Amino acid sequence: MEKVIGKAVTRVEDTRLLTGQGKYIDDIGTPANTAHIAILRSTYPHAKIISIDTSEALNLRGVKGIVTGKDILPFVQPFSVGVSAPVKYYPMAIDKVRYVGEPVAVVVAKNRYIAEDALEKIKVVYESLTPIVDIEKSLEEDAPLLHEHIGSNIANHRTFHYGKVDEAFEEADRIIKHKFHFPKYSATPVETYGMIAQYEESSNQYTIHANFHGPFVIQSVMAGALKIPSNRLRIIVPKDIGGSYGIKAGTYPYMVLCAVVSRMVGCPVKWIEDRQEHLSASSSGTDRVTYIEAAVKEDGKVLGLKMKLIDNVGAYIRAPEPACLYRTHANSTGAYDIPNLMIDAYAIMTNKLPTGLIRGYGGQELYFPLERIMQEIAHQLQLDPADVLRRNLIKKEQFPYQTASGGMYDSGDYEKGFELALEMGNYKEIEQKREDARQRGKLFGVGLACIVEPSGSNMGYITIALTPEERASSLPKSGCAEAATISMDPMGCVNVRISTTPSGQGHETVTAQIVSDVLGIPREQINVVAELDTSTSAWSIASGSYSSRFASLGSSAVFYAAHKVRKKLIKIAAYHLQADENDLTIENGSIVSKKDPSIKYSLKRAAGSAHWNPLSLPDGMEPGIYETYYYTAKVAEPPDENDLVNSSVTYGFVADMVTVEVDPDTGEVQIIDYFTVHDAGKLLNPLIVDGQIYGGLVHGLGGAMYEELAYDDKGQFLTGSFMDYLCPTAPEIPNITIKHIETPSPLTPLGAKGLGEGNTMSAPAVIANAVNDALKLYGVMIDTLPLSPNRIWNLLNKAKEKRGANQV
Amino acid sequence: MTVHEVEVKINGKTYKEEVESRMLLSDFLRETCGLTGTHVGCEHGVCGACTVIVNDSAVRSCLMFAVQVDGQEMQTVEGLAQNGQLNPLQKNFVECHGLQCGFCTPGILMSTTDYLKKHSTPCKKDIQDMLSGHLCRCTGYDGIVKAIEKTVEDQKVNI
Repeated sequence: MEKVIGKAVTRVEDTRLLTGQGKYIDDIGTPANTAHIAILRSTYPHAKIISIDTSEALNLRGVKGIVTGKDILPFVQPFSVGVSAPVKYYPMAIDKVRYVGEPVAVVVAKNRYIAEDALEKIKVVYESLTPIVDIEKSLEEDAPLLHEHIGSNIANHRTFHYGKVDEAFEEADRIIKHKFHFPKYSATPVETYGMIAQYEESSNQYTIHANFHGPFVIQSVMAGALKIPSNRLRIIVPKDIGGSYGIKAGTYPYMVLCAVVSRMVGCPVKWIEDRQEHLSASSSGTDRVTYIEAAVKEDGKVLGLKMKLIDNVGAYIRAPEPACLYRTHANSTGAYDIPNLMIDAYAIMTNKLPTGLIRGYGGQELYFPLERIMQEIAHQLQLDPADVLRRNLIKKEQFPYQTASGGMYDSGDYEKGFELALEMGNYKEIEQKREDARQRGKLFGVGLACIVEPSGSNMGYITIALTPEERASSLPKSGCAEAATISMDPMGCVNVRISTTPSGQGHETVTAQIVSDVLGIPREQINVVAELDTSTSAWSIASGSYSSRFASLGSSAVFYAAHKVRKKLIKIAAYHLQADENDLTIENGSIVSKKDPSIKYSLKRAAGSAHWNPLSLPDGMEPGIYETYYYTAKVAEPPDENDLVNSSVTYGFVADMVTVEVDPDTGEVQIIDYFTVHDAGKLLNPLIVDGQIYGGLVHGLGGAMYEELAYDDKGQFLTGSFMDYLCPTAPEIPNITIKHIETPSPLTPLGAKGLGEGNTMSAPAVIANAVNDALKLYGVMIDTLPLSPNRIWNLLNKAKEKRGANQV
Repeated sequence: MTVHEVEVKINGKTYKEEVESRMLLSDFLRETCGLTGTHVGCEHGVCGACTVIVNDSAVRSCLMFAVQVDGQEMQTVEGLAQNGQLNPLQKNFVECHGLQCGFCTPGILMSTTDYLKKHSTPCKKDIQDMLSGHLCRCTGYDGIVKAIEKTVEDQKVNI
């Protein structure tokens, strides 16, 4: 039978999704007597709640109950979070609102229409407080405080010194520095948050169906907030999730809210978020100010880096934040050999929507300043940017490479990947293109970026938010455990259960490919169950879909679970055939002797005997075929006492070259070509791989060019619809050319690394580099996003005015 | 709230139902008729996920009321495959990896079905422009455009 790992096979998920038979959260049906929720939200960015009058709303026919923040207090406590600042985050505002969109009251009614009618009849009196939305102003001494009892708006602050930073800066010929601002943006899955929650009094148990995809460490956080033993919180994730890109990890406060409301009103409740709620009050990426300083030699070699990072986690710091600061900690120096590094990291709170996971998490915030400063080094030293990157890239012979901050890059050939990107983009001929564009009145620019794409997060990395002393006083966290269960039923058919809660990445398909290869069964005959049920699935704290962890971790759990089944089947066959286990292998549905193919035993019979005739099994063997494997990578160690941490398991590589033309009259940026080279180790399914890369790239393009969750300086939210929050549509997509090189990971059994987030991290940087190059003659510095025509036009005009003034 | 009788033929089957004046067509399809293949993504007519065909025109079902389809004929994603077989457009979505999470897909299939009926030989740019009424956050549109281009090519061969 043909091996299918590595083949571009089509997906098993597709038929149901193309025929309207997907089972998303809004399709799975509800228990009898389920009521529907609508949420009243704050229209103020910062205010005291003086009173809430629900009497008129409660009188409406069909309304079953209304719950306010104060009402839920007996049943919840604040969510725990991995920082020492005592922030009290509840799923609903208690006495003060801190962002536009924060839940203030919940209406429960017979249907959503009536629930929304009732919202309009609730009267809330607020006392407005001064809002703060600016990242740096939030740190000023007289800044308004969101959480008065903390005494500042700082949720977390840590400083890290790696190598000999001071010496590097003394030794440098030049110090090149700049401040960058990465904006707040989202991912806007087309399916919004959705959930059905039910409280059962007799067992004091909550059951919540939700399109939550982990990390399942948050199951413990939710159980803690609900003040129940964790096995009394059952979470069931439907097999289809309509996209997330990290954002749906932020469903959990609403899951707790709906659970409590179900308990208080006494019926199951369902809530499907609407789009305005999603944009204003779900979750988002983290906006960051970075001060970056590079110590460089005249030849462009970077000796050391200093970075001050200030992350705006919004109104409340909540799990998994401040992870945006630390998710990329191990790869802070990117694809470059820079041994000296200082990081001064802040997570601060302002009157904006709280943040959380988003595709690329932390990577885009890191690489925007890093790749921009690499280009700036080339500009200031009058070097070719490609030469500056070449001079600093980690060399092939340096792998496995330990980074300054403790990362262990497992494999790579960065120079090969980068040269391939330059070759694809015909970098040598670029000046000709610049001239051609100039003839047409356009400004041509080229951008380069090389980035490391981390995947499979180490559950210990987030504890780097604590000092070594603070860490020492609690139990260490490590690993990246993921589980898979494979069973064979009495008729020899295979079921696989995974806990990676896919949201479109094709985990069912790839799982079937792996099991097919290991057990020698056609993939079409393998049934993969992607629903996760915390009461019946094998799962662990790391389970779920994030940090591109399926290819590195989920697939490994499936692979080893399949090998457990294989081993048992061979043992059974060896016993019946009176053959040596080592002489047996599986081929075409049979266990056969390698020496004499006429000696064989059918897989169906081996599996069947474990069910129908367990007394025929070898002594001591359990009946049935049901094997679970929990996988973790050993390299995911806790941070050490020097704050060294390997925050991911595998590290891929992406090299980008982008060309743009800017219209100097309108400021419009047109991307001409986007060339990208990926090294994600061994590719498990190239069809899915390229689909993931396109999607990640276009999300990065959105961040670079269009997407921003905008607030005015008073904290009012400005982008509450898809008319205001602009996502890329098909006509905006440039020519994209993807190529792969493969340096297999030595750490994973299949050699695979995660992928699909790399260009989300690199695109904002590389596009900004291209635009900056186009505008170089004007002395313009791109240091924030998105690159809207408005922003470019203003930059150009200011530059022209300045130039005019200088000439006068 | 006034209740109206609505009789509508969807995918060849007649539905006779009572609806409130304000019930959206998208909610009617999903909740009253049980046709959950039509998805709701924004309820303000931008994302295109809820697109269905009413009397040979692709429309946003979140921007129509159920009462408006009284006496009309409709097609939804559930009506595309025949006798358990995917139609050529659906097959090409499989071949070209034109979907990932699949949430936006039904709307895109319905718009494309309507469009290809009226435009037999669109170029890539035409297809991209047609798709501008749909948001897909998974695919970057590449597989979608390829699937539609392939369908157009296949149809040419068949002619």
